[in-house]
Amino acid sequence: MSDAVDLFSQQQANRSRSHWLIAGFVLFFAWLGFGGDLILLEMSRGEPAGSQWDVPLFGLVLTTYGAATAVWAWKAGSGAILRSTGANQITQPSTEQERLLVNVVEEMCVAAGLPRPSIWIVADGDPNAFATGRDEQSAAIVVTQGLLDTCSRDELQGVIGHELAHIKNYDVRLMTLLAAMVGAITVVSDYMHRILFQRGTQRALGAVVPRGRKKGGGGVVLALLLVLWLLSWLLAPLISRMLALGVSRKREYLADAMSAQFTRNPMALASALEKIERAPAPTRCITRGAAHLCIADPLGRRVNLREGWLADLWGTHPPMAMRVSRLRGMAFREQKRARQASGEVAQLT
Amino acid sequence: MGLLVLLVLAAGVLFWIVSAYNGLISLKNQVVNGWKQIDVQLKRRHDLIPNLVDTVKGAMQFERETLDAVITARNQAISIERGGAGVAATAQAESQLSAALGRLFAVVEAYPQLKATGNVSQLQEELTSTENRIAFARQHYNDVSTQYNTKQQQFPTNLVAGLARATPVELWEITDAAERAVPKVDLSLRPGVQA
Repeated sequence: MSDAVDLFSQQQANRSRSHWLIAGFVLFFAWLGFGGDLILLEMSRGEPAGSQWDVPLFGLVLTTYGAATAVWAWKAGSGAILRSTGANQITQPSTEQERLLVNVVEEMCVAAGLPRPSIWIVADGDPNAFATGRDEQSAAIVVTQGLLDTCSRDELQGVIGHELAHIKNYDVRLMTLLAAMVGAITVVSDYMHRILFQRGTQRALGAVVPRGRKKGGGGVVLALLLVLWLLSWLLAPLISRMLALGVSRKREYLADAMSAQFTRNPMALASALEKIERAPAPTRCITRGAAHLCIADPLGRRVNLREGWLADLWGTHPPMAMRVSRLRGMAFREQKRARQASGEVAQLT
Repeated sequence: MGLLVLLVLAAGVLFWIVSAYNGLISLKNQVVNGWKQIDVQLKRRHDLIPNLVDTVKGAMQFERETLDAVITARNQAISIERGGAGVAATAQAESQLSAALGRLFAVVEAYPQLKATGNVSQLQEELTSTENRIAFARQHYNDVSTQYNTKQQQFPTNLVAGLARATPVELWEITDAAERAVPKVDLSLRPGVQA
């Protein structure tokens, strides 16, 4: 009834989600940094004035790093993802396959009312596709060579329609930001692990901690703070990845439905999804960090086959069988409606 | 107190009027833009046809009639649309062109040696794509037009329809019986997939 309004609220929601995500990301890094400074300051309370930890060095460094990463993810995130997959941009289609792809993308752009995104091909035999970018103007669509080899023209339309739906919803912005941030957090946390669990650091901490305990008073608070802080470090990569997965899983059904609305042919996407599902090999060129961007899980993990809380935590995508059966349901309703409509017209005339 | 309530109510009504008016205007612009998109794709189709005809002409001397029908339909469509024809007239002319093109493609299928030359298959791909684009542009136009028409007739938006100078727009009706045919839908429930 009010598709435009719905779409607008989708875009709006994704825009504000993106802003919250950035704010949360920078704040998290600030906590990691300044929290560490606070702990060190508390620990060195009893020391002479010169050796107290009174300059929040970690806080300044990590907050700057977080903010810089956020800015970078916003400005250059999609470019980095494209580079990491080794995709080649199609500017002048030279083969018949490339021409077909460019044509299909342009057709679906007409259907979706979107400007043409840049088009990229990855030399990978496993069928898969994803979209990235900050907005409609900077969007990019990437398909693997395997997708072009296995899918018919109609099926390709369905897949491209799905990706354009992600662009139209501003899903790409949110997911690209998430991909960049998951990467950034993983890097920092790996680095921190190395520092925290090195022999030298442990000895240094061991030297400081008992002295702090002796003073009593703030000991419990300090211990709590320390535990919370260490937990944040340990769980950061896990939580950030779960966030990425959770966001993407919800968006897939909507993108499937919008693709069906663009093509008016839900069965084509359903059969494309089945073909993608049946291809056994993992998509090698797509790394873990960008998995949630794809139309189907590039790693082919079994958890995506099920529903339930475990799948809700770990799956990047809803179960393929559910997606296919929903699309079949759409096709059935569409046909029923068409039959009813033609019946009514016949009655009127 | 009473005055305050009245003021708040008036502000609420005013706010609603502005947003309903802006909603209608935005839809109207989408309709205009949708029509422009159709125009772009129709022009693309008209530009491709002379190429196609030139390419197949040599091999299809004795199919002169089919080729002539395509050329005539194309020229007619162009001359009708140049005058800024309405939706119905454009739809009529284009559906005639579609029918003529369909016959030409049916004939081309009967000449395997013609299809084998790269140029023809390439042109065929371009025309297939163009036909799809026209269909999608039409679908987009009809979607936003229906939305616009519904919105301006529904209560309470119809109260500001006059203010926004909103009048119902014509949809692109499908006149050709072949075009109206519902796309094939495979409903066979394969084992292992619950519907």
